[in-house]
Amino acid sequence: MDAASVKGSALLANQAHQKGKATDRSYAKKLTLAILLTVSGFLIAILGNLLIPQIAEGIKTPTYELGALTVDLNGFYRLVLSGIILLYLLLGFRAFFDEKYRAKYLRQARFRFVMGLVLLAYDICGTKLRITPQPFFPGPAQILETFLIDTQQIYTNLLYSLRLFSAVFFSGVVLGVSTGILIGWFPKAYYWIYPVLRLTGVIPAVAWMPFALTMLPAPFWAATFLIAICSWFPVASQTAFGIKSTPRTQFEAARTLGAKTPYLVFRVAVPNAMPQIFTGITTACASSFTCLVMAEMMGQPGGLGYYINVVKVWAAYYKVFATILVMAILFSLILAVLGAVRAYVLRWQKGQLV
Amino acid sequence: MSEKELEIRDVSRIYTDSGNAQANGVEALQHVNLDVYEGEFVSIIGPSGCGKTTLLRLIGGLDLPQAGEILLHGQAITGPDPSRGYIFQQGGLFPFMTVEGNVASGLKARHLYGKKKQDVQKYIDLVGLTGFEKAYPHEISGGMAQRVAIARALINEPELLLLDEPMGALDSFTRADLQEKLLEIRQKSGATMILVTHDVDEAIYLSDRLVIMTPRPGRISEILKIDLPHPRDRGSEAFSLLRSSILEKFHLASAHE
Ligand SMILES: Nc1ncnc2c1ncn2[C@@H]1O[C@H](COP(=O)(O)OP(=O)(O)O)[C@@H](O)[C@H]1O
Ligand SMILES: [Mg+2]
Repeated sequence: MDAASVKGSALLANQAHQKGKATDRSYAKKLTLAILLTVSGFLIAILGNLLIPQIAEGIKTPTYELGALTVDLNGFYRLVLSGIILLYLLLGFRAFFDEKYRAKYLRQARFRFVMGLVLLAYDICGTKLRITPQPFFPGPAQILETFLIDTQQIYTNLLYSLRLFSAVFFSGVVLGVSTGILIGWFPKAYYWIYPVLRLTGVIPAVAWMPFALTMLPAPFWAATFLIAICSWFPVASQTAFGIKSTPRTQFEAARTLGAKTPYLVFRVAVPNAMPQIFTGITTACASSFTCLVMAEMMGQPGGLGYYINVVKVWAAYYKVFATILVMAILFSLILAVLGAVRAYVLRWQKGQLV
Repeated sequence: MSEKELEIRDVSRIYTDSGNAQANGVEALQHVNLDVYEGEFVSIIGPSGCGKTTLLRLIGGLDLPQAGEILLHGQAITGPDPSRGYIFQQGGLFPFMTVEGNVASGLKARHLYGKKKQDVQKYIDLVGLTGFEKAYPHEISGGMAQRVAIARALINEPELLLLDEPMGALDSFTRADLQEKLLEIRQKSGATMILVTHDVDEAIYLSDRLVIMTPRPGRISEILKIDLPHPRDRGSEAFSLLRSSILEKFHLASAHE
């Protein structure tokens, strides 16, 4: 190798080094831009709400006490938007330190910007001009006003739903896992119970509704029964499947270590079945939401589904939308918690090549 | 001469219970006879499919012979027992437990964990895995995984350690390393060891006696005593002489069929 080429390659290496440094530094710039882009959409939505006058008639703007603040529907809407901006600023701050999250934040910036613009357009069409069919499609500020008008009702019904869901979902899962272990482990149980499980699995849970409502002593028990049924099936069948697919070597290894049946079931088969059990639980969770709302709409004395039923009678569609919003947030949160539990329990799979 | 520990008397095993029709009627073992003495290191060597795993599973109590009997100190083996440690060819570790958890499972399965907790670290150190206690099986190499399996079996203080090609899938450096470890463990624990392998060098390097098997039907064709003193030199003349004579026997044995 001659001197010139040595020098050349050294130069190249140096350049590459600088480039690496540059990308290191430039992510800060890129991220700052992404944060600005993310919040500017919502900022525009706030400004639009503030500056564009109310053109169409028929929007009442009573004021509400909100702690120390007194707001009308527009004020509250802007407050919520500010909350969203604050949230995204905090998340952007996190993205500075969390490399994995940063990529996600950068990716979502454009979408969030457009979301702000969509809210602006919706605010103008729904509230300011009222050119969307009324009262079926109220503007975002009107929808949010529900939380000022019916604060207490939403809160109590939310708690009712949450209580019903958690009590019943948990019992459904426990029941499902136990049945799953039973039929996954004992061939006899498989023979006798599995067909029943298959059959109830294909029946839509709502079909049980009339039966549940008439046969069970209280609407609460009817709902309990329904949700238990729709969480039981997927959990039980997935658990059984997971247990049956445990590699034979695992059991043999445990037996050479002196393990007896309880150890084989609970320390070998069940952990091996955990990935499938969680698949079942996630499915069960989704179908339990359906059952929950359905049950509440058909005879529960409370809950978000019940609330929708009540406000629908008064054609208060903005309240219906507000409830749907609450459901979306609630169910997403529940799924997120479930996801976190799953990630923790299945941490032994992390990074595994499957 | 030390005491007779294991007696394999005229054992046969034909697979008739297999779901696979083609495999049905395979005579995996035919009239196998073997005695193993206390503290001995015996290697079983032979080509793939000659019934090595089948024989080891019978000794481990994971399978039962159709004819003949296997006696441990004069008692017939009826099932697996922690006094006979078993290292599987692969997939024996619990994937959902850490290295530490796997080693501890040997105690937990027998409800001895409360009393002998401190043994876990002792055996992890013994197999040279200090620092990897919190790793999961998929995060460590094949050689390390086998060492975890060995530690897990040893924690039950077995009198007999059955190893089914524990070094089959390892590269030659890891393999040599694990071989030394086995000799060291044998020294420390005094356990009798039965090692299945298809590596002639490995068998000569480690064992007191070498059992040569031939396939279809699986039979013991010859048992050789290896009298070389430890540590053995793989490059020595005696070693290479043994190697070539064994390889020759192999050829004869398979040509016989
Ligand atoms: N569970 C089984 N069912 C049917 N045939 C089997 C089974 N296990 C092993 N065999 C057959 O028995 C013979 C010996 O197998 P094995 O003991 O695993 O041999 P090795 O360990 O020496 O490779 C092979 O022909 C194999 O196909
Ligand atoms: Mg084998």
